[in-house]
Amino acid sequence: MKTRRIDNYGKINRDKILSFRWDKKNYKGFEGDTLASALLANNIGIVGRSFKYHRPRGIFSSGVEESGALVTIGSKDRRDPNVRATTQELYNGLEASGQNAFPNVNFDLAGINNYLGRFFAAGFYYKTFMGIPPLEWGKGTAIWMFFEKFIRKAAGMGSASGLPDPDTYEHAHDFCDLIVVGSGPAGVAAAIEAAEKKLDVILVEQDSLIGGNQLAENDFDNSQIKNQLENLGIKIMTRTTAFGLYDNCVVGLLERVTDHISAPNVNIPRQRFWTIRAKHIIVGAGAIERHIAFNNNDIPGVMTVNASKHYLNRYGVLTGKRIVIATNNDSVYETAHQLSEAGANVTVLDSRTNFEIETNKSFEIRKGYVPYNINGSKKIDSLDISKSETINKSETIDCDQVLLSGGWSPAVHLLSHRGVKPKWDYNNACFLPSDTKENITMVGSSRGLWNKNDCIASGIAGTTDALNRLGISKTNYFFPKPGGWKNPIQPLYEVKYKKSRSKSFVDYQHDVTTDDVRLAHREGFISVEHLKRYTTLGMANDQGKMGNIIGLSLMAELLNKEIPEVGTTVFRPPYTPVSIGALSGRNVGKHFRPLRVTPMHQWNIDHGAKMIEVGLYQRPWYYPKENETLSDSYIREASTVRKTVGICDVTSLGKIAIQGPGSTEFLNRIYSNGFSKLQVGKARYGIMLRDDGIVMDDGTSWRLAENEYFMTTSTGEAAKVMSWLEELLQTRWTDLNVNVTSVSEQWAGVSIAGPKSREVLNNCVDDSLVITNNKLPFMGVTSTFLKGNIPCRIARISFSGELAFEVYVKSDFANTMMDLLWENAKKYDGCLYGLEALGALRVEKGHVTAAELDGRVTIDDAGLSKMASTKKSYIGSAMRKRGVLKNNDREILVGFFPTNLKETFNAGTIVCEKNNIKGQGIGRITSVTYSPELGHWIGIGFVKGGLDKWKDTTLVGADPVRNKQMNLKVVSPHMIDPKGERMYA
Amino acid sequence: MIRINCPYCGERDHNEFSYGGDATINYPSLDASEKEWTEAIFFRKNIKGFQFETWHHSNGCRMWLVVERSTVTHEIKSVKPCHPDLQKVVKNNK
Repeated sequence: MKTRRIDNYGKINRDKILSFRWDKKNYKGFEGDTLASALLANNIGIVGRSFKYHRPRGIFSSGVEESGALVTIGSKDRRDPNVRATTQELYNGLEASGQNAFPNVNFDLAGINNYLGRFFAAGFYYKTFMGIPPLEWGKGTAIWMFFEKFIRKAAGMGSASGLPDPDTYEHAHDFCDLIVVGSGPAGVAAAIEAAEKKLDVILVEQDSLIGGNQLAENDFDNSQIKNQLENLGIKIMTRTTAFGLYDNCVVGLLERVTDHISAPNVNIPRQRFWTIRAKHIIVGAGAIERHIAFNNNDIPGVMTVNASKHYLNRYGVLTGKRIVIATNNDSVYETAHQLSEAGANVTVLDSRTNFEIETNKSFEIRKGYVPYNINGSKKIDSLDISKSETINKSETIDCDQVLLSGGWSPAVHLLSHRGVKPKWDYNNACFLPSDTKENITMVGSSRGLWNKNDCIASGIAGTTDALNRLGISKTNYFFPKPGGWKNPIQPLYEVKYKKSRSKSFVDYQHDVTTDDVRLAHREGFISVEHLKRYTTLGMANDQGKMGNIIGLSLMAELLNKEIPEVGTTVFRPPYTPVSIGALSGRNVGKHFRPLRVTPMHQWNIDHGAKMIEVGLYQRPWYYPKENETLSDSYIREASTVRKTVGICDVTSLGKIAIQGPGSTEFLNRIYSNGFSKLQVGKARYGIMLRDDGIVMDDGTSWRLAENEYFMTTSTGEAAKVMSWLEELLQTRWTDLNVNVTSVSEQWAGVSIAGPKSREVLNNCVDDSLVITNNKLPFMGVTSTFLKGNIPCRIARISFSGELAFEVYVKSDFANTMMDLLWENAKKYDGCLYGLEALGALRVEKGHVTAAELDGRVTIDDAGLSKMASTKKSYIGSAMRKRGVLKNNDREILVGFFPTNLKETFNAGTIVCEKNNIKGQGIGRITSVTYSPELGHWIGIGFVKGGLDKWKDTTLVGADPVRNKQMNLKVVSPHMIDPKGERMYA
Repeated sequence: MIRINCPYCGERDHNEFSYGGDATINYPSLDASEKEWTEAIFFRKNIKGFQFETWHHSNGCRMWLVVERSTVTHEIKSVKPCHPDLQKVVKNNK
């Protein structure tokens, strides 16, 4: 195989040879190559198969707009699909392969799709599998779902490895005065001007080298520019893409740290995801050369003119021997000259007839000629050309390469991210950026400037604009006028020529042809947004960088409108794909979210606890002995609590210190029940409603002193309640003299429950007299000392329905407290119990938790009407009986037994009437448990009308998800000790 | 990203804050009628342009703020504490 590399060209390092593998064969390239340039140098023309038709595809470009050379890099867990070969730097040992082909890109069995092309027009799958009779009668969806997986397999790109990503990614942050995107002449001029004016500047370049499109020039050397930028203290970020602009001058960057290194240091992240907060943004993102639509314009060997110049001058690769350039503008002539100097036989077809261009006559110019058909399938054999006015078979040129330039599209993408619509410029046949009030300035060819000097001038003007907007200077400036070619461009998007079964591509990557655009028009999809979605034009990962304008021009022609009337779709971030790994950064695995543990976390684990996540908290779930299962364990634990005593870590409850002379009034307003008469040394269970009358949370508040309370909230609502209290005090009741402080982390808490709990606690406190039934009655509070002089707060509160206490100590004393309590509890055959047993005990008592108080339930629904004071007004009191909330058939809290006591059921079961098992039924079961006390399964939940309506009727529990059904008996939710005799003991 | 200039902490990313709601509501007294409360908590203007809204600096100083923000551009015109006493403190410190 011949190499296409030529001597004395390119800036690659020919002393450093790199070996790489392409489709399981070994090749060589040089340091400084991209994968694309190395493949071209090795004369590899076909690098992929197209999305739908599996047509052979080559390399179309030399940059991020690439829509043909999408390849898979790496293998096993480091396999990275859909990588643009044109931006992948070559490294030693790089492994790459073609995609969407079996067995390989040169011989692909699915190439048959090319001949079935008329079946694969736009909308084919939807029409065939989702809509047409007989499938439309309700079965279309199921059939689509069946076929979808085969279709997705046939159409598509590379596939992910499916293995965990072994690489690390980082999130990084920075601030600056000015961020300049793009290091072409405009961006560099802007950065230098700004740094000289003492601004703190970041310069971002997606390429590995700074220079922008100057890298395609044969005499360009960036070392001097680089020195100048560095000496001015400008932070230069290469291999970094500004993928999106966001509010307040925030820029998202993706830095590819090790994607170009063969064996990266494992301590370095593969990519960094930067969030830059700038004061001003200058975008000099350049412009992208367009192709031209005509028959077979996708045969390998077709490329943009500028790409060919890059390959020649940057990589020393002459991409063709007999080259035809088809154009409508002046930008190609320098390239034509250089290609012919490098040894190629060049012919330029220029669709314009009347123009003057200076050349050295080393190549032929055919004025008024356009290409209309390429002959060949896996490579170009020849090109049919014609006079542009009358397309017919007039002439065929033998060639091995066709270079296209249908004009240039300024990269307005980043500005589009900010919702700024570009405006069409007739003179230059392109969209130009519009002005914006935001601190964003477009410079260089991304504002339609084609000459280097104009670009430099615009960069300086851009920085002056930035300085003015930042209030640093007030200097007049002007931007050069868009354009800069000697002869005007002549719009040329498509060369139409009727030929059966020929395809003329608009969007290479998604195989969208000019006929697809016409079909969309015929079927009424004429808005650009509809056109885009119906044909998928511009929806591949190149986002239509090359082909979108062609699609718009075709639609404009069909509608007899101008392009600006048709409009353009909005570009959204990211400009180029961003890996999911970079988005997630370090927030993976156990760092996916923060972990909260209680101060006795390790103590719990050391004592055999199995843990469960409750929100962010790790809480003890159960403490199995020997071979106990979860259910063995919690049943034993719950029985032990009822029989003797149990100890449970309840630290995760929210804890709030409420202090100040207005505290009592404050609590009286936020709780539905009265707090004005609560004595010092007493606690009270309270319910908080929202403004709209729905239950927000429940908890207890302990009056420690005249003006000091200690509030507990549920674990899940702790943060919300804290914010709510602060909101009320800072926005509504600003005259109320109260301070609230979250003390959740400061206090460790346990519950000691069971008939022997007082004895246990007696042995643990310094002064056993303080917890007698007289001194500490039900809901009594005391501040005292545990043995060892440990200050503590004790309240006689019960969630389990047994005689029980909650004890709080400073978090530092948590382990000492646990040791002390556990040592004494063991003497009474006590146990440690976890969340599962806690749940069983509270369900037996009909106590509600978050499973019941789900944001839809009123205080009456929860059966807690007694808790709603009628003697005062409080948050939610005006609204708790509004509209539907006062309906008679609301779902009310009840208890459930299975009619057959041997049966079980699950939370989530839908409660229905017999013979009417459908829909949402008449209620639901929210919490279930096996009741050790009763010896069978029990549940609580809601049913329309409540206990009174259904106590003598058998209902049905439907659980279609688990394919279960059982008969239910509705009972009071207070299934054990309804009078609370144990609690008061 | 919206950047909010907290009067106490300085300019910070919006993800340090939690959105509250309409800052212009005059909440009725607790004993006001259901109708008055309904008006206050359910009826909202859908403003195009600048509106006053409350934000809580929940991962910062915990201050509730009134933020004047454009619903079209996210531009923020002013930020001040909700509590009048805190407004005075902030002013005096400036």
